[in-house]
Amino acid sequence: MPESAAPRWHARFMLGLLLAPALLWLGALIVAPHLDLAVLSLRERVGPRQYAASLAQYRTFFADPLYWHVFVRTAWMSVVATLLTLLLAFPIAWVIAKLARGRAGSLLFIVCLIPFWVSETVRTLGWMILLRESGVLPGLLVRLGITDMPVELLYHDATILVGLVYTSLLFMVVPLISSLESLDNSLIEAAYDLGAGGFTILRSIVIPHAAPGITAGCIVVFMLTLGNYLTPTLLGGKNSEWFTEQIYNQFIVRFNWEQGAAFGFLLLGLSTAMVMAGLRLTGQRFGDVMRRT
Amino acid sequence: MIPSLPRPLWLRASTACYVGAFLVFLFLPLIVVTVFAFNDAPYPAPPWRGFTLDWFTGNASKERVGLFQDAQLLGSIGTSCLVAAWVTLLSVLIGTANAFLLERGRFPGKQALSVLMLAPLVIPGVILGISILAFASRIAEFADDAFGWDLDFLRPGLPLVVLGQFSYVATIATLTISARLRRFDGTLEEAALNLGATRAAVFRTILLPYLRPALVGSSAISFLMSFADFNTTLMLVGADSPLTVMMYGRMREGATPTLNAVSLFLMVASGLLALTLIRRAPRRPSVAA
Amino acid sequence: MSTPDLVADAVVKRFGEHVAVDSLSFAVERGSFFSILGPSGCGKTTLLRMIAGFIAPDAGDIAIGGGSMRGVAPNRRPVNMVFQQLALFPMMSVGENVAFGLARRGIARAERRRRSEAMLERVGLGGAAHKRVDELSGGQRQRVAIARSLVLEPTLLLLDEPLGALDLKLREHMKIELKQLQAAFGTTFVYITHDQSEALVLSDHVGVMSHGRFEQLGTPQDLYYRPQTPFVAAFVGANNRVVGRATARDGASIEVTTADGWVIRAIHHAAGAIAVGDPVEAFVRPEVASLGRSEAQLPAGQPPHAGEVLSVLFDGANSAVLLQESRSRREFRIALPQTGQFSDLKPQERILFSFDPARAVCFPARAQAAGADA
Repeated sequence: MPESAAPRWHARFMLGLLLAPALLWLGALIVAPHLDLAVLSLRERVGPRQYAASLAQYRTFFADPLYWHVFVRTAWMSVVATLLTLLLAFPIAWVIAKLARGRAGSLLFIVCLIPFWVSETVRTLGWMILLRESGVLPGLLVRLGITDMPVELLYHDATILVGLVYTSLLFMVVPLISSLESLDNSLIEAAYDLGAGGFTILRSIVIPHAAPGITAGCIVVFMLTLGNYLTPTLLGGKNSEWFTEQIYNQFIVRFNWEQGAAFGFLLLGLSTAMVMAGLRLTGQRFGDVMRRT
Repeated sequence: MIPSLPRPLWLRASTACYVGAFLVFLFLPLIVVTVFAFNDAPYPAPPWRGFTLDWFTGNASKERVGLFQDAQLLGSIGTSCLVAAWVTLLSVLIGTANAFLLERGRFPGKQALSVLMLAPLVIPGVILGISILAFASRIAEFADDAFGWDLDFLRPGLPLVVLGQFSYVATIATLTISARLRRFDGTLEEAALNLGATRAAVFRTILLPYLRPALVGSSAISFLMSFADFNTTLMLVGADSPLTVMMYGRMREGATPTLNAVSLFLMVASGLLALTLIRRAPRRPSVAA
Repeated sequence: MSTPDLVADAVVKRFGEHVAVDSLSFAVERGSFFSILGPSGCGKTTLLRMIAGFIAPDAGDIAIGGGSMRGVAPNRRPVNMVFQQLALFPMMSVGENVAFGLARRGIARAERRRRSEAMLERVGLGGAAHKRVDELSGGQRQRVAIARSLVLEPTLLLLDEPLGALDLKLREHMKIELKQLQAAFGTTFVYITHDQSEALVLSDHVGVMSHGRFEQLGTPQDLYYRPQTPFVAAFVGANNRVVGRATARDGASIEVTTADGWVIRAIHHAAGAIAVGDPVEAFVRPEVASLGRSEAQLPAGQPPHAGEVLSVLFDGANSAVLLQESRSRREFRIALPQTGQFSDLKPQERILFSFDPARAVCFPARAQAAGADA
């Protein structure tokens, strides 16, 4: 509360009133459940309703090459999807922020947003109709004489990547636009005036300036991709081998909560590590980056 | 490069091609979904067999259950709306309280608290879901064992779905509302106090109207985020499925074009919501907060 | 006279219906300091950006260092620019900023370093190469921006109101520094500003611009003492404007009578004829008029006028008194003498004043009598 002549107890009461819901929210829904999850992941069932502290759940993960493989694969695919999203989003962000002026820019921006107002389920349904063997694109390929028979375009790694990139675009485009818009055009003109070409300007002016936006976009996209469940399972089918699927299977299908909790923590650890690495790499602070998105 | 610098023809041409291809990529799935909602065929796939409204109005007698006759789907839309309404209400209330706490409050540990508030955004939704599921179940078990209480709302079901979605939507509402509160010109408040207004009156007549766009915007975002949530919901859902989970289940089984009809309905509804928001605020709407 | 470094030949630029630059021609001598002075929206920024190459003219040609610039990209022109907000690269050190252009020319790292440090030395920033841009003061950033361009030894240096962002005191200081820098380097400077004091202090020649055209092009003294148009008389320096009709003429000396019957005399030396009965505008500078409590105190031979003190505007050496002329009730501003005489004037006091008609100027009235009482 701003300083004023209001009595001290009044200010304290107001502070408490505002603090209580925040603490309740973070304490009961974020901190306590995660602590509980940690405890859960560090125990082992030794008999009916009998548990003992143990690292068995983590040992299983490292011992079983299947889990290990799926984990690395998920991380790797997420990195690739993030980079592809950046490559695809950067030019469009540039067009919106720098080339299209006035109403055209706003309009293009709104047009780019529209698909993201509908849920991921709907968008994925669209991709399935487009790509499945009896779908639109395989039919088109046959009609154009490129393939003799309709080919199955679903259930490939590339399909999963297309779906992930599509779903993530918005979260890359928005921070990129805001960081590019804040770049003063006269810096680009000055660099050009001093003899720099397009590539040099990009490397020495644009990218250093947009680095916070790029980092923010990459962190959010990576995290969302890593934690995605819908797109890999629907577009990848049985071949998806996504780590969130393992968590779901342990928790909901096999009811092995201890193992699922350990998997959850491994995923959380990976996501946190990548976020930290991204921040360290570009020398930024978490709070600043998150506020950009 | 920027318009004031010379851009060779090939660059202009390839930029235009790029923007065109990008838009096709963005809208192709949505267009396909829309078109096959009207195809007179049992599956949403080519070829085109003629126009029909069966997937909206069909009933059991035609062996095609259209959206408006499909009690299960309609029920799940209702469930989603109910959940979203609760999530929106809770998120906007706590978002407003948090905004004042972060922008006006002074207390030890504020920095840490504000960083902690961002945490739900970097925790994958699946993990938010399982942690809340496990925690709630353990409390329920404990209450059952120790006191013989049956705390049903802590078992998988809509109350948990609401809590799970709220746990991260609240962060987004907080960010949106505090961003606006931060830009508030404090002298307006001082002027009102100076003119004899009480604190409560200042809040009601100056601050709330000022925050209104952010409140409306964050309500819309919260509602949409809740409606579209899948990851967290999947882990916490009980007998009543919200729409996304229902659709997911049917898509795995091989869906009829009824799903296209639902999707079209969703597109139109969220399109209308977006349009009203853009009308109200001619600035660029902030989407992800 | 050497070949001009910059020649503009009938340059035109339109934005839709609006003509930003209207068939403008001029030449700038090698090594001189040329200013373009005008109010905002007069087209001066458009003109500068056309010289730099960021905007292409619709018609006409611009030649720099003797060569036509038609179709020459901005980075191929022997021209560098100091931007309005300076546009120093915040992601680089001071030294890297200055060496940026040299690096683009493929000059080796050691040589780049030597030249940029020598340049920083010359602008009085020796040893600042490793600093970050935001560690510098406003004046130092200014010098870095100039050094960054001059290190490339351009034929022409363009400056887009670079002092606009500075506070008043620093601006006065930077004015002197800019003039000294230009004299030391001998590079041709083209400077645009809306501040007439900057243009007068800095320039060898000034073009006064309005609505896409030059109203007058000349030395600062020309503009001040021999304005060719009412716009220049009103825009450059302070001036009292008197609107009326010519009621008599004697060679160049015109008798001006206002609608309410106040009569003054002024000289007509600009273009356009004035016949008796024509509407005219006359301008009398505040420092040209003298005050007196009696006719005896006024300089001999000058026709006396009477007025009433409205207020005394004390501003050190620029102090003045604001009068209301008795007959026309018009405001008239007169500089107070440096001797401190008349500093005891009180509002409502009646006072006499006079001025030398040879130092007052008279023009045919402008078609659109836009009130530009500066």
